[in-house]
Amino acid sequence: MKEGYRKVTICSNREIATDIYEMKVKGSGILGDPGQFYMLKGWLGLDPFLPRPISICDISDDKITFLYEIRGKGTGIMANLKALDKIEILGPLGNGFNLNSKGNIAIISGGIGIAPMIYTMKSIDTPIDFYCGFRDEVYYIDEIKKHANNIYITTEDGSVGHKGFITELFVPEKYDIVMTCGPIPMMKKVVQMCKDKVPVFISMESRMACGIGACLGCSIETTWGMKRVCKDGPVFSGEEVIFYD
Amino acid sequence: MIDTRVKIAQVEFKNPVIAASGTFGFGREYGEYFSLSKLGGISTKGLTLNKRGGNEGIRIYETTGGILNSIGLQNPGIDDFIQEELPFLEKQDTVLLANVGGSTIDEYIKSVEKLNETNVDGIELNISCPNVKKGGMAFGIKSEIAYKVVLEVRQVCKKPLIVKLSPNAEDIVHMAQCCERAGADGLSLVNTFSGMAIDIYSRKPVFNNILAGLSGPCIKPIALRMVYEVSKAVNIPVIGIGGIMDYKDAIEFIMAGAYAVQIGSGNFINPHICLDIIDGIERFMEDEGIKFIEEIRGVI
Repeated sequence: MKEGYRKVTICSNREIATDIYEMKVKGSGILGDPGQFYMLKGWLGLDPFLPRPISICDISDDKITFLYEIRGKGTGIMANLKALDKIEILGPLGNGFNLNSKGNIAIISGGIGIAPMIYTMKSIDTPIDFYCGFRDEVYYIDEIKKHANNIYITTEDGSVGHKGFITELFVPEKYDIVMTCGPIPMMKKVVQMCKDKVPVFISMESRMACGIGACLGCSIETTWGMKRVCKDGPVFSGEEVIFYD
Repeated sequence: MIDTRVKIAQVEFKNPVIAASGTFGFGREYGEYFSLSKLGGISTKGLTLNKRGGNEGIRIYETTGGILNSIGLQNPGIDDFIQEELPFLEKQDTVLLANVGGSTIDEYIKSVEKLNETNVDGIELNISCPNVKKGGMAFGIKSEIAYKVVLEVRQVCKKPLIVKLSPNAEDIVHMAQCCERAGADGLSLVNTFSGMAIDIYSRKPVFNNILAGLSGPCIKPIALRMVYEVSKAVNIPVIGIGGIMDYKDAIEFIMAGAYAVQIGSGNFINPHICLDIIDGIERFMEDEGIKFIEEIRGVI
């Protein structure tokens, strides 16, 4: 039987860019594959009501790193937690990236979508080209530089790296496999660019309630019918996801 | 020794805790977290005669003390359910209620006829799904229409028939009495309350269907009042539903007159919540010197 919500201890929780937090936790059963996620509940009582799905940014030395952006009440409360505070977690959940990929690999992230791609990058032996796009402030760049073959950075305001969107730098023909996580318009563009050229795998985001596949709240339309982001995903083949305008 | 068994429409439940339709799928996912045989019962995800993909756009939206949902009855259809999901559910030692939705009386009848030939223990007739544009909700609002649906389904239904009521009914007590008169063996209430949310920046409703169903602890006091009123007004068993988050909430519904309770949104914030509630009820009974659930049922 799988374990339900369990309490883990926060080791650190710091703001690494405006409204972007890095939380490290430790406790029993710290595990998970790149692309998987946990449901997090950092408060007592029923307000906020639902736990928050947060992807695994890294796992090392019995600690999980979660990288999250303050989006609302739940993540706002999480941002105020301190070392030694407890937080409840459920997981690991969902299906991650296939790490047996060979050949030239590109990772493309947009904003907080960088989170699952850090652990993914570290778990693949082959050298990787990492394309990361940000709105203005950049983060986790040093970590990527340590592991990636090449790093490409864009910011929408041009403050760091190339000014514009990350898809402007990406050349699909150079790669045998592409993995991406970020805003839907960005991932849609990546999938379009890769079409008929290179297989692309995307990590989807959706509003979730249960996180385990029961409520169908996070379902998305695919070429195989409705699929649950939490249980069938969050990683899907780019070809199977149907994007809307 | 305490005895948590309850009997509803000739069906014996080992305890009064049932997983609510639409929050528990077909049990497989929660079966990874605990033995489903510990449950009093399971009400399946709402089934329709034909497969439904459900609604587009945002389907889940959190609100204070609860959630709005607009799933739109995504389900594989009755035939696929019988073939793919029922064999797994049949292996669980728990009462199985097939929740049946529809947009026409004919559709309800065809679905129930198919389920007559299976081992499901009972039918929970959903006359109240708020998230389907055609039908569903209309059946659940007007007592006269509900009466006709239940009467016709009763003619063909060979299983115990529980009718799930909408809190959006014009008069929930009259609705309950009409369903009883039409031949329902039991009632379950309440389904979600019709609600909505607006994205003020896009100046558009959050949900494509504009309206969505509100559930969770925010609806509990109203659901409890409705269960109380209906229990007093009918002679068939009532199953209480609405924002139950712990054994205390469950006991409140039982004291208001419910024979059993269903746990819905609570499953989302703790996959073990049904077990916690079963344990809590047992402890409460022991501590309070209660041997049978009937001793506290409807004491208000």
